[in-house]
Amino acid sequence: MGIQLESETIRDGIGMTDISELLESAKLGDRRSLSKLISAISESDDPPRINSNAGWILGVTGPPGSGKSTLIGQMVRAWASTGEYVAVLALDPTSPLSGGSLLADRIRMEGDDLRENVFVRSIPSGKTPGAISPILWPICGALSECGWTRIIVETVGTGQSEYRIAALVDRLLLVDGPDRGDIIQAEKAGILELADVIAVNKSDLPGASSAAQHIRSSLSLASDDNREVVLVSAKERRGIQELIEIIENSKPQKTRDKMMAMERLISEWDSFLVSHPEIDNILLELCNGSITTKEAIEVLVSSIKDGVL
Amino acid sequence: MRLLEVILPLATYINMRIVIAKPGLDGHDRGAKVVSRALRDGGHDVIYTGLRKTPEEIVRIVNDEDAEVLGLSTLSGAHNSLIPKICEELIENRLGGVIVFAGGIIPERDMENLFRSGVRAVFGPGTPTSQVIDFLNEALIRKQNGNPIGVGDDSGWNWND
Repeated sequence: MGIQLESETIRDGIGMTDISELLESAKLGDRRSLSKLISAISESDDPPRINSNAGWILGVTGPPGSGKSTLIGQMVRAWASTGEYVAVLALDPTSPLSGGSLLADRIRMEGDDLRENVFVRSIPSGKTPGAISPILWPICGALSECGWTRIIVETVGTGQSEYRIAALVDRLLLVDGPDRGDIIQAEKAGILELADVIAVNKSDLPGASSAAQHIRSSLSLASDDNREVVLVSAKERRGIQELIEIIENSKPQKTRDKMMAMERLISEWDSFLVSHPEIDNILLELCNGSITTKEAIEVLVSSIKDGVL
Repeated sequence: MRLLEVILPLATYINMRIVIAKPGLDGHDRGAKVVSRALRDGGHDVIYTGLRKTPEEIVRIVNDEDAEVLGLSTLSGAHNSLIPKICEELIENRLGGVIVFAGGIIPERDMENLFRSGVRAVFGPGTPTSQVIDFLNEALIRKQNGNPIGVGDDSGWNWND
């Protein structure tokens, strides 16, 4: 079990007032400040809006085991060697039971731990449902502001988060493996619709090219769909350069703007909901049946109207 | 009918960011994984580095992940050279506040040297995982009370004494 203490003192007293100070020194290239800045944003109840369009954000999604982390490791290597500043935000789930998390994505991103222009940060999904926490926006903004030109956000790999990530990023890459049958699942969930580029990883294994063919034929059902399906092998480092070029030249899906606004709204709403001071009581009342879901919503919404929040 | 009271496990426990690392040429990480899992179940965010990391890589990871605690697991016998080197580099890189502990095959005669380098606990084979969590809680209390506990602090304290 953890222990109940004031978090301010534990964190060497990083408070909200320090965020702008940290941002200033991080912008000058101080890595320690950048790292602390991300922590400060993560812990802030009301993270600042850091709007910067300088960086370019790539979302990477796909089913667990499709090789997202390994592929990202190779893409980081390729981008970093051309002088890009590459930051990776690797999301992993937080245990709903203990509140802890085991963040192991970086194990698979071998070999780039010492480059100056590579930064990898693991982010627990936290208490926000759907695994996309609203802190991701200001974190991406901060990285962008500090001169990181390629920001890669890797999703947990399951569920609703895949939708959410599409709203945050400039381009969305969907990674799948050979003949897992998962692409059908992706289609069901609408993730295939959201992706700008689709990569079939593990092209060194049998079945990869037929998987790619399945996806292509599924895309061809829409006459104006000319998205690329790329075969890659992260393990054997094949097709990486081609994939990067295709991603950089790809066009974002048309419906993106409205969806981005929608997802930002939902994400903010979720975090408002789970951090509401009355949430524990409302949940208890819902459990014992003394109020209905509709009444619960009325209570939550009225607190905004009354200016409580 | 009133159902059972539901008690939500949402107490505001301090959850720490902890890096568990395997320095040097050592291919056995069962211990590191068991400890990582136990700390996760204890409510912490654990970042496991994977095998065969150099001291420089470990320090970089601790910095980029902004970890408050670093756990080093070695079974190769190279602890006397690797661990003090990691401690020195943490201090050089303004990470002297990080709490460092070690585990694995570390003979008792070598422990004093590690404590002098700033390591605050050494756990051998057979240690119940609850002990590691107890150590972290104790370390946190010391930190909160302003007692020296980081790797770069001048502290006579260690868990094993």
